Order: sequence, then structure tokens, then C-alpha cells
Amino acid sequence: MGVAVYICHCGVNIAKTVDVKKVVEEIEKMPEVTICRDYQYMCSDPGQELVKKDINKYQPSSVVIAACSPRMHYPTFQGTLKEAKMNPYCLEMANIREQCSWVHEDKERATEKAISLVKSAVAKAALLEPLIENEVPVTPAALVIGGGIAGIQSALDIAEAGYKVYLVEREPSIGGHMAQFDKTFPTLDCAACILTPKMVDVARHPNIELRAYSEVEDISGYIGNFKVKIRKKPRYVSEEHCVACGDCATECRLADRIPNEFDHNLSKRSAIYVPFPQAVPLKYTIDPDRCLMITRGKCGKSPKCVDACSANAIDFEQKEEVEEVEVGTIVVATGYSEFDPAQKPELHFNDLGNVLTGLQFERIFAPNGPTSGELVINGKVPKKIAFASCTGSRDKRVGNPYCSRVCCMYIAKQAHLVKEHIPDADVSVYYCDVRAFGKGYEEFYERVQKEGVHYRRGLISEVYEEDGRVHVRGEDSLMAEPFDEGVDLLVLGTGIIPNADSNEMGQLLHISNSSDGFYLEAHPKLRPVDTVTDGIFLAGCAQGPKDIPDTVAQAGAAAAHVIDVLSKGKITIEPYNAVVDTDLCGGCRICESLCPFDAHHFNEEKGVMEINDTLCKGCGVCGAACPAGAISLNHFRDTQIFAQIGAVLND
Amino acid sequence: MTEESFEPKIVGFLCNWCSYAGADLAGTSRTKYKPNVRVIRVMCSGRVDPLFVLKAFEKGADGVLIAGCHPGDCHYMSGNYKTRRRMELMRRMLEQFGINPERLRLEWVSAAEGARFAHVVNDMTEKIRELGPSPINGGATDE
Ligand SMILES: Cc1cc2nc3c(=O)[nH]c(=O)nc-3n(C[C@H](O)[C@H](O)[C@H](O)COP(=O)(O)OP(=O)(O)OC[C@H]3O[C@@H](n4cnc5c(N)ncnc54)[C@H](O)[C@@H]3O)c2cc1C
Ligand code: SF4
Ligand code: SF4
Ligand code: FES
Repeated sequence: MGVAVYICHCGVNIAKTVDVKKVVEEIEKMPEVTICRDYQYMCSDPGQELVKKDINKYQPSSVVIAACSPRMHYPTFQGTLKEAKMNPYCLEMANIREQCSWVHEDKERATEKAISLVKSAVAKAALLEPLIENEVPVTPAALVIGGGIAGIQSALDIAEAGYKVYLVEREPSIGGHMAQFDKTFPTLDCAACILTPKMVDVARHPNIELRAYSEVEDISGYIGNFKVKIRKKPRYVSEEHCVACGDCATECRLADRIPNEFDHNLSKRSAIYVPFPQAVPLKYTIDPDRCLMITRGKCGKSPKCVDACSANAIDFEQKEEVEEVEVGTIVVATGYSEFDPAQKPELHFNDLGNVLTGLQFERIFAPNGPTSGELVINGKVPKKIAFASCTGSRDKRVGNPYCSRVCCMYIAKQAHLVKEHIPDADVSVYYCDVRAFGKGYEEFYERVQKEGVHYRRGLISEVYEEDGRVHVRGEDSLMAEPFDEGVDLLVLGTGIIPNADSNEMGQLLHISNSSDGFYLEAHPKLRPVDTVTDGIFLAGCAQGPKDIPDTVAQAGAAAAHVIDVLSKGKITIEPYNAVVDTDLCGGCRICESLCPFDAHHFNEEKGVMEINDTLCKGCGVCGAACPAGAISLNHFRDTQIFAQIGAVLND
Repeated sequence: MTEESFEPKIVGFLCNWCSYAGADLAGTSRTKYKPNVRVIRVMCSGRVDPLFVLKAFEKGADGVLIAGCHPGDCHYMSGNYKTRRRMELMRRMLEQFGINPERLRLEWVSAAEGARFAHVVNDMTEKIRELGPSPINGGATDE
């Protein structure tokens, strides 16, 4: 009987600031405590053995571990209790590391606080009850949101393991940003050669249901049992009939009149289009914002695309479709957006013709791009080219203090490609630091310098036009002298930013965004692909800027986590749910409307409220509001919390 | 009790998902702050029953901190909005008991805001120190 208490030294992590012996002395005095020990590392094997032995010997009713955060090791010690055949919920932790020894310096006061926190844990532990975990079956399918290289890789890995995958991509084709590149740093692999086969695999895989030109509209449920609403936008082209001959696009009345977003507006397309010739699925799409039939209800005498399509695939009657699917896990692989240099007016990005963003310049080199891969800008071959690194990254003024992690290297790649196309071109990179941290990156950076690319330390502070040339002005901080150079082309090393809808998506998914706007991982080191919501994982740039190798690695890791959950077939849900004491419930129904998960159901016959165990997530909002005190929250009962309050206030 | 020697006792109710994680982050980042707050973990700030707050003051707390996820970020979608709505009620309750409602504070601290958590604790400790001991602990009556 009673409470068994263990105080961890955590090496010196706790013991340096908290007098562990003193804590033991004080805790031993508590009448609830049967045994109190301290140990170097409670989470280690011998530490856990100690607990197990004591459980067998003393048969305590509950256990307190005073160590690190329960967010870190609660599950670990639950395992210890389980192995000793004890109910894993008869456990309470006192967080004397993260919330005590690591944040205080005064040993006496830290010790005093630690004693108080352990007392609080003991007070609660003495009132803990065994709880039975709810077990629910897992739907053996996954949702992957975003069809860039991250989403493609995750989807393929999960599908290969034998599970069904719904891959939702909002654009007409999968591929993401990688589909826009010609070569990739540092190996100069042809992007299309490594990406397009994977795209085709996605389309062909029997376990993958590709939902392109679709968006996730709603998500409900929890790990193992998510319900997802997918909204498929109308293409106004029958996917079944379209053979992608492209006759419609050639004939379209707006042919070559609409800025092509895939080429970052460096070329024009028709109102009916495929983003690029290797698109998957290779089906035409009508742009609803531009098509004359859709915007005006009329396209000449009859729509030219309809006349041109021998497959009769054009269908203006097509409506959006909403489909509901059930999945056990979700991978968020929604990638990134490019920083808009218009946010930095000194760069005159929109007023000057010869200034391009990083992604625009990628398109210039692409064989399927606006110049068919020729390095020609506004009809001329540029001879003098400048790159401006860190555009919109490491820049607090535009709210992006972080490093985008790819710009230094893509600038090196693009500078190399310039030299390859035009060996006598004069190429300068204006930088403030070069970060060549990846495998083979430093070597590549050196190679590019040897090829004759000039690196000048000093950021460009002003851009202006004179005599038809773009001038860049700034200060060379190594030479301590100002520079002012006229160039034929300025390429901005535009950074990676979160998508505009990242907060909205975060709320939809119940996952958090970190201060930079990207999705927050559950732990920066130990759980880099998990989110705080069980069953939802992150892959690729959705989590933060990264290059393709890191993206693919993370996508594989996310897939492994998904497979782990799906292969278990069932999951246990923490039994922290709300329970109604029907004797106390007066039937006022106040709680009902408060529950965010509609877990309440009023039993008209008995005049009392009932709560559904699987729907209830245990937030406790209803419990805090019930005027009759009829609702208690397992593991967070009023009496347990009152006991903690009393204990921390030395009562 | 002199100003110098008065160390306020503050009870902090932190939601598990954001604020408790934020407090952990202050720890992993070794951000130092005052040891006056005793944290009680709840799953959501919405779990904080006004009775918990009253109980804390009754048992001698000089201040009570409730911390939850930022609006829109609650793990349970809307728990923190309910807490925010409840604050007015709780403040009025405290006034009736002769306790300065400034002794009760609601703060949003995300899992990424370790430094903010430290700041909130320091700031609150100093503000409560200025207010002096709670009348229940024999301090002068709060105006
Ligand atoms: C100019 C430039 C050059 C680069 N060059 C290289 C290089 O040479 N080598 C290298 O290793 N890295 C390079 N990178 C980095 C590379 O682009 C990324 O590492 C990679 O594209 C990340 O893949 P991803 O799948 O995470 O994101 P993305 O490629 O952005 O894909 C995300 C996908 O999700 C879709 N999506 C977004 N939101 C939603 C939603 N709500 N619902 C459904 N779908 C959604 C998008 O439409 C997109 O298809 C470069 C980056 C830039 C800016
Ligand atoms: S608030 Fe309490 S008393 Fe009212 S219906 Fe809900 S459980 Fe019953
Ligand atoms: S604890 Fe929260 S989720 Fe559970 S029934 Fe009450 S309000 Fe709903
Ligand atoms: S979970 Fe943090 S306030 Fe609700």
C-alpha cells in the first residue's frame, strides 16, 4: 500500500541544483509514502529494475517518479509499471528537471521547490485510481497531403508496405517544386530523371489513390480513426476521356495569353492547360478564373476547346466532388512557398525587367521551360550576372529570421550552370555567409569558385536601373569598399517561406506552427517527424526549409512511423476521459454545448447526461463548467487537483 | 514582513499541450526564471474550474497563473476560449472575496515560447511582490 517515490539525480542535471538527499528526507516524512529512494538515472535499466523490485516487495498503490518532464518519460515509466504487473495509470511524475533544476540557480530555493513539486505529486498519486485504456481498431490506410517529393516518397513507402494511401495534391499535377528544376545540387543530377519515374510509380501503384487538383476540407477523429473530407475541384475535363493530345490548348481562344504559373509567369499558356508535359496525372485542366465560358458564360460562337477535342472530354457541367475517406494516420507534406521579393522595395523586383527570383531562374535552365533551356533573358544572352544571397532569409525586417538552407547551394548550382552555358560570362555572388553544410556541398562550392564565379562578401542594399542595365549597390565588407556594378541580370536568392495557408491548415489538422510559421515537430531532436497530435506526421519543407536529400529522408521516416501505427492494427487511447455521476447530474445540459467533440448525449428518459468514451478527448472543459460537480475527469479529478493545490501551498 | 523577504507563492495551472511544453522548453533551453510558481499540469486550460482558483487562494496562494495555448491553437480547439470567457467571472468572484483580481492571470504560452514562459513567471512574481501577501495570508486588504 501507499506511495513509492523515486527521486532521480539525472547525473548532475538535477543533483547539481537540487539537494536530492534533502528531498528524500522531507518526502520520507509524508504519511502516504511507503518507500522513498533516490538514484542516479531512474530511466536507465537498473533504475527501472529498482522500481520493479520495490513494486513486488511493497505492493504500493501508486508510484511517483521525480525526474524529467512527464512529456518525456511518462510512457517509459508506465512501461516499468506494466512489467511489474501494476496499472500504468497509478503513476505520477514530478518534473524537477525541465521545470526546476534547469531553470533555477539558487540551490536552496530550487530544493524547496522540488520538495513542493514532489509533495504535490505524492498527494495526487495517493488518490490515483487504476484506469483501463480504451482500445480502438486502426483503419489500415493513410492520407498524405501534398504531392511534392516529400509526399511522393512517403506515399510510395507506405503503399509498398501494403497499405492504402490517399495522396491529395491541390495543383493539377504532383511533383511540387522539384518538378520545376533542371539540375539539382550538388551532384547536378537531372531533376526530371529522378523525379518523373517516381511520379509515374505513384500513378500506377495499386495501393495509391491519387487525388490531384483536390484539397482536404475537413478532418475529424483521432489516431487510428481519422475521417477526412476531400474536395476535388472540377477540371471541366473528363479525366477518363482526356488523352492529353493538347489540341484544345492550341485552339483555345486565350492561347498564349495567360501567365503560366509553373514558369513563374515567364511564359504564357492557354485557359486549358497542363502545367508541364510530364504532369501526373497527364490530364488537361480548365482555369476557372480565366476561361471565357466559365467567367462570361460565352466563348465566341462555341468554345474552341470543345470543337478541338476529338475525345469529347470537355465538360462544363462538371461539379466539385466531396468524398469522405477514413484513414489511420496522416502525413503532412505541403512543402513551402517562395519569398516574394516585392516585400523588399529596395530591390525593385516588379519594376525592373532583368531581375529574377531563384525559382524563375530554375525555369530558364529547364528544357521544358520558357526558353527551352537556353540562357536568354528578354531575348538577349546575359554576359554579366549577379546573384544576391539571403533574399528574404535571415532578415528580421521581413519577419524571417531563419536561414532557408538551400539558397547558398542553389545559387552555387545556378552560377555553375551559367558558366556551363556561357563560359565567358562574368558571374558574381553577393553573399553575407556561405553555408555549405551538406554532404559534398563545401566541395561543390569550391568547385564553382574555381570555375571563375566571384564571391563578394556584402549584401546588395540597393538596386536601380541606368542605361538599360540593372545596377547593384552595396558595400564589400571584406575589402571595406563600396560597390556599384551594372549587370545584365540580377538573380535573387529568394528564400523559403511557409505556405500562406499554413496557420489555417495547422488548425484544420490540430497541429501547431512554430514561430517561423512552419509546422512544429513534437521534439526538435528526438521526435522530428511527429507532431503534437498523435497519428499526424511531418515530411519535407512543411516542417522547415530543407534540401531534397533531407526531405526524402524525413519522408521515409514519416512513412516508417505511419507503417508502425498501421501495422499494429489497434491503438490504445489514454483513458483521461470525462465521467458523469448520474446521481449528481441535474440535467441542466450546460456541458453539452461546451464539448468541442460532441461527446455528450442527453439521455431524455433518465434526464441525465451521458458521455461517449471514444469521442471524449478529456479536455475537461465540461467538468470545469458543470454546476452540479457531476463530471469528473479521470486522472485529473477535482479531488486530485485539490490535493495538489494543498500540497504545493504547504497545507 | 518586509518587501525584501516576501516571496510570493504562485500556483500555475498549465495546459499539457502548449504551456506545459513551453515551460519544458524553457528548461531545455536553460532559461533561468524565478522559482515562485508551482505548476499543476492539466490537459487543457479549459479544465481549470473556478473552484481550483478559489481553493488556491483559500490555501494561501498569493497569485494564480493559468496558461494555455494561444487563441486558435488549443489542442481541443476551443478550450482556451472558454477559459478566457470564464476569467471575467473568476475576477468578479475574487473581488467579492476581497482579493485583488490582478492576482489571477491568464497567459497564452505556446510550446515554442520557452522564453515567454520565463518572462511571464518573472513578471508575475514581481507584480505579486508589489501587491504584497494575499489578505488571506495576513497581508493588507487588497483594494
Ligand atoms: C530556387 C530553388 C532551387 C532549389 N534547388 C534545389 C536543389 O538543386 N537540390 C536540392 O536538394 N534542393 C533544392 N531546393 C529545395 C527543394 O525545392 C525542396 O527541398 C523540395 O522541393 C521540398 O519538397 P517538398 O515535397 O517538401 O515541398 P514542395 O516541393 O513544395 O511540394 C509540396 C507540394 O504540396 C502541395 N500542397 C501544398 N499545400 C497543399 C494543400 N493544402 N493541399 C494539398 N497539396 C498541397 C504543393 O502544391 C506541392 O505540390 C531548391 C529550392 C529553391 C527555392
Ligand atoms: S453540466 Fe453537469 S449537471 Fe448539467 S447536464 Fe452536464 S453533467 Fe449534468
Ligand atoms: S472532457 Fe472535453 S472532450 Fe470530454 S466530454 Fe468533456 S468537453 Fe467533451
Ligand atoms: S490544450 Fe492548451 S489551452 Fe486547451
